[in-house]
Amino acid sequence: MRPPTEWYLAIAALLFTIGVVGVLARRNAIVIFMSIELMLNAVNLTLVAYADSFGASDAQVFVFFVMAVAAAEAAVGLAIILAIFRRRRSTSVDDINLLKW
Amino acid sequence: MSLEALPLEMIVFVVTAVVAVVAALLVVLHRNPVVNAVALIVNLACLAVFFLLLRAPFLAAVQVIVYAGAIMVLFLFVIMLLDLKAELHPPRAGAFQRVMAVFAGAAFLSLMVLAMRRSRSTFAMKEVADAGHGTVERVAEEMFRNHLVSFELASVLLLVAMVGALVIARAFAETPDPQEPSA
Repeated sequence: MRPPTEWYLAIAALLFTIGVVGVLARRNAIVIFMSIELMLNAVNLTLVAYADSFGASDAQVFVFFVMAVAAAEAAVGLAIILAIFRRRRSTSVDDINLLKW
Repeated sequence: MSLEALPLEMIVFVVTAVVAVVAALLVVLHRNPVVNAVALIVNLACLAVFFLLLRAPFLAAVQVIVYAGAIMVLFLFVIMLLDLKAELHPPRAGAFQRVMAVFAGAAFLSLMVLAMRRSRSTFAMKEVADAGHGTVERVAEEMFRNHLVSFELASVLLLVAMVGALVIARAFAETPDPQEPSA
């Protein structure tokens, strides 16, 4: 007996929500980044769950592309965090307010 | 009860689900960034197990190699490069912000649960027992026959990201900060 698709969707929804709370509640830029990765992975899980339910292989290709984009995003984002830390000695998003005004 | 009768996939699912949620909570709640990163690795490994259960062995392998391997090493590397002592005692987010974040999360979760309940009928009846889907051969065929241009574009994207990361990490370090009062 295999777990039904709804269970995977529920877990994915829960993980996505945890990621949303992480982005909203934390101030460390790196932790916010990790929360974004959490959300991306929850979406991937949803896609793979639906792919299994419908018997479709192309959804897995999309998940592959999501992973590629996530890797690119992580590389550029971490470079930005690193560059900001070199200048500000901080990774708190409260200290990075150049664009706020 | 024989070993055959045990709902093994159910047991694996429940255990993995509990570990995944606990790890995700650790990512968000723990104050030490290294613990956050290690918990995220655990979470990504749990998702690889889910992919195996969902008959996607190729994605499970990619998940472990690309995510738990490459991306998380990048994260840990950046955390090591930064000054951890300052990060262990960061100015905490205000109580108001945290309460509102949990409130927004609860609202979002209830929205998704509602959407899933509404859409249940659309996928519940379409259970397809296609034994062959999800194998490496199928995914490769799909990728290189129908999505070849996207595949090549993804490689260009990764190249651009790599060059961009190098340029950003170098150029920012050399220009002076306009907001910082010169010491």
